[in-house]
Amino acid sequence: MSTSTVNLPSYEDALATYDPVMGLEVHVELGTVTKMFCGCPTAFGADPNTQTCPTCLGLPGALPVVNTKAIESAIRIGLALNCEIAEWCRFARKNYFYPDMPKNFQTSQYDEPIAFNGYLDIEAAGKTWRIEIERAHMEEDTGKSTHVGGATGRIHGAEYSLVDYNRAGIPLIEIVTKPITGTGEHAPEVARAYVAELRELIKALGVSEARMELGQMRCDANVSLRPIGREKFGTRSETKNVNSLRSVERAVTFEIRRHAAVLNAGDTVIQETRHFHENDGTTSPGRVKEEAEDYRYFPEPDLVPVAPARTWVDELRGTLPELPSVRRNRLQAEWGATDHDMQSIQNAGAVDLIVQTVSLGAPADQARKWWMGELARHANEQEAELGDLAITPAQVAELVTLTTAGTLNDKLARQVIVGVLAGEGSPKQVVAARGLAVVSDDGALLAAIDEAIAKFPDAADKVRGGNQGPAGQLIGAVMKTTRGQADAARVRELLLERLSG
Amino acid sequence: MSFDGDLTRSTAAALAAAIKGGDVTATEVTQAHLDRIAKVDEKVHAFLHVDTEGALAKAAEVDAKRARGEKLGPLAGVPLALKDVFTTKGVPTTCGSKMLQGWVPPYDATVTRRLREADVVILGKTNMDEFAMGSSTENSAYGVTHNPWDLTRIPGGSGGGSSASLAAFEAPLAIGTDTGGSIRQPASVTGTVGVKPTYGGVSRYGLVAFSSSLDQGGPCARTVLDAALLHAAIAGHDPMDSTSIDLPVPDVVAAARLADIKGMRIGVVKQFDGDGYQDGVRQRFHESVDLLRELGATIVEVDCPSFDYALPAYYLIAPSECSSNLARFDAMRYGRRVGDDGVNGVEEVTSLSREAGFGPEVKRRIMLGTYALSSGYYDAYYGSAQQVRTLIMRDFDRAFADVDVLVSPTTPTTAFKIGERADDPMAMYLADLCTIPSNMAGNAGMSVPVGLAPDDGLPVGLQIIAPAMADDRLYRVGSAVEAALNGKWGRPLIEEVPAL
Ligand SMILES: [Zn+2]
Repeated sequence: MSTSTVNLPSYEDALATYDPVMGLEVHVELGTVTKMFCGCPTAFGADPNTQTCPTCLGLPGALPVVNTKAIESAIRIGLALNCEIAEWCRFARKNYFYPDMPKNFQTSQYDEPIAFNGYLDIEAAGKTWRIEIERAHMEEDTGKSTHVGGATGRIHGAEYSLVDYNRAGIPLIEIVTKPITGTGEHAPEVARAYVAELRELIKALGVSEARMELGQMRCDANVSLRPIGREKFGTRSETKNVNSLRSVERAVTFEIRRHAAVLNAGDTVIQETRHFHENDGTTSPGRVKEEAEDYRYFPEPDLVPVAPARTWVDELRGTLPELPSVRRNRLQAEWGATDHDMQSIQNAGAVDLIVQTVSLGAPADQARKWWMGELARHANEQEAELGDLAITPAQVAELVTLTTAGTLNDKLARQVIVGVLAGEGSPKQVVAARGLAVVSDDGALLAAIDEAIAKFPDAADKVRGGNQGPAGQLIGAVMKTTRGQADAARVRELLLERLSG
Repeated sequence: MSFDGDLTRSTAAALAAAIKGGDVTATEVTQAHLDRIAKVDEKVHAFLHVDTEGALAKAAEVDAKRARGEKLGPLAGVPLALKDVFTTKGVPTTCGSKMLQGWVPPYDATVTRRLREADVVILGKTNMDEFAMGSSTENSAYGVTHNPWDLTRIPGGSGGGSSASLAAFEAPLAIGTDTGGSIRQPASVTGTVGVKPTYGGVSRYGLVAFSSSLDQGGPCARTVLDAALLHAAIAGHDPMDSTSIDLPVPDVVAAARLADIKGMRIGVVKQFDGDGYQDGVRQRFHESVDLLRELGATIVEVDCPSFDYALPAYYLIAPSECSSNLARFDAMRYGRRVGDDGVNGVEEVTSLSREAGFGPEVKRRIMLGTYALSSGYYDAYYGSAQQVRTLIMRDFDRAFADVDVLVSPTTPTTAFKIGERADDPMAMYLADLCTIPSNMAGNAGMSVPVGLAPDDGLPVGLQIIAPAMADDRLYRVGSAVEAALNGKWGRPLIEEVPAL
């Protein structure tokens, strides 16, 4: 049962009384070719249970062997997050029961994470925030359950469940922040910007595609409220598996309002996990943690400790790419964008899209204009990420070429975008199919101009008399006749020529 | 073609030589053992599953190889009994538990694979205490195994099926696993040879885990040389087992052939003597120490005070790991499922399956381990036990700085009566008192027969302990003792087993 927003205080009212504290746990599936502890492939989309072996099925007797590539990725993530890298650390077993977890324990890390004590600087609401990283540790993913029958799609009430173990054993890195305080009203924005920045970082490192819609990156958002001015943290809720940047922001916003309602009523917030609902932006309770779950962690006896040599760590430090923030500063200078522009671009997930569009020949200002304008509007409408729109940087570059050449004006270009998004092909194909090109034949334009002059003789006389004001009415008429496919500037030129003669 | 004597009473080394020399075929050798099993296993119950077809097919393969003139390995065509805790592709593996009734693994353990590659003929799977938890094989869900020396007595455990199969002449070789003594203690009470190699010496891949940091597979045989040949066949680095040691295997076969201990320094563990030890066992043990001295070794007494805490620490670590290792038995993907009536949910089915599938000792240890690992108790139990483990290692380090090997009785008493300790877990646990420290430290141990106890006429074993990766010393000492005693008695002790 999800809490409706009807009886909640407004976000502004909530923030007038309470100070939010957040903790963000982000799981990233590493893009290694093989799984964390066996040689099975990790490719997405294979038939269920075809990418399994005794080890990742947890068959009796099977043993894990660490994927060195995963350790390398973990260390590189740690270094990019300004973390210390453990000289010696172990895996631990996290014991709990779940049908999609083959061994009924997850091989994870407990008090000896591979990376710890770091930070990530992010930008949100016009300023830089330092998000402190508590730890980044390695673990394995579980299988994936599909609950069939029942109303909720969750295990309770389902008739039966199907489990796909292809995902079981895929390497995960869990990155945990220290409590994020002092963000006040910007909390949801900061949460989103942090996850966005982290995603950029992961992608820049090349360790994962970090596609949230595929679950390659998932965020658990812990939120608590305390009365403004109070030191002690309130009771937190943990909203699990929030799977888009937009949802991170919405989930945090909703939880702030929900907690405020609970506290305003004089009740206590229950420490629990919650599920986020994309459709209405609300959350509903998952399992209640009556007592802290006891995972009975102990060092994994089937694995030997990981002791990355310092020389190796230094070598990996040398492989770090230009970090997203540095790159963003460089791009901002190259593009001549303001801080505010750059932040919008970043929040929209448009940096790479624009870079790619520019690399395909479009001027930066044009690339930015289309991605951040018309395309951002479509994304918003579809409630989708910009990168998920059915248009590629190459197609946008083609569109820019068409507008620069005068084949399309902005109005036509917008129609072309609609066609591309509808799957009608490349901009050129849409132009051809829809017959959208600008009318560049002066003869055709002159005929339309004469028609307009005949229709609005008074306006024509005024223009002849030196008053250019009414020219707009005449140009409008021409544009109407040509169904918008005329170049308005050329029409004006021809019209003035005609009436001055 | 002729083979002088009873094929089933021969050593593995002699059988291999006879097969290689064409005196007998692998098929004849295998058939003789299958016949023997058919004849006596009703009384002994060493086997849970006899793979007649697979064994004869392998034997035929060896004979064909020989006919083609291909080179045969040192154990080619020799039959073996495999403890039912190793996975065997296409052959049932139950671990002595109802939980795995009907499970046919889709893969071979590394030990199984290496045996196949060595052309060893796997006769079948042997009985054991459920999931290797026990010292008498009474905890098997499929009935107890009887000690061929006295069918009213236990054959040791958990590998009682393997040890009994040797003493009953059903197989010349067997594989066991030793988590707290499950190879050495059965060897001791059946008058056979059993070796726990250095932890990491033999791959655990495909060994269904009881306690991962303690489990170690190893060879069982009727002679020290046979054990060495088997040891050499299964040992060595395995990339599938992260805890497997990537170093050359000590030359155990050469050591077994050397049989000479002149100049060695041998330590007698002070802690493993006195109260709680059967008089007959002590007597044979002290005679063994005298024998070692006669054979040219220097004997020194060694004090290992932390060994007194080994047993309680073991009973925290092993159950802790077992509680996690056995969590996978949830009746979802394999094994026996109970209560799946379309109404019960996943948790009920798991719960009912475990209730029906696990025996009382397994349940006891799962509960003990779950408790020992739980938050608030972890430091006091699991944490302290790990500290004891460190102390035990230090005691060994100190001892091995002065001596080449340590010796003790393998187990405080000879084989007890079936049922005698079944209701007294503490008394049962004491059977592993002398063997547990080696598991805790990860070093190597052997039990070699040193005679029958004068008070009850049952076999007594001498335990030899060597530092990690010095397994060859076990064989050097063990073979010297064996040769000296055989000379003294005129024939091997195993010949004294009553006819079945
Ligand atoms: Zn796998």
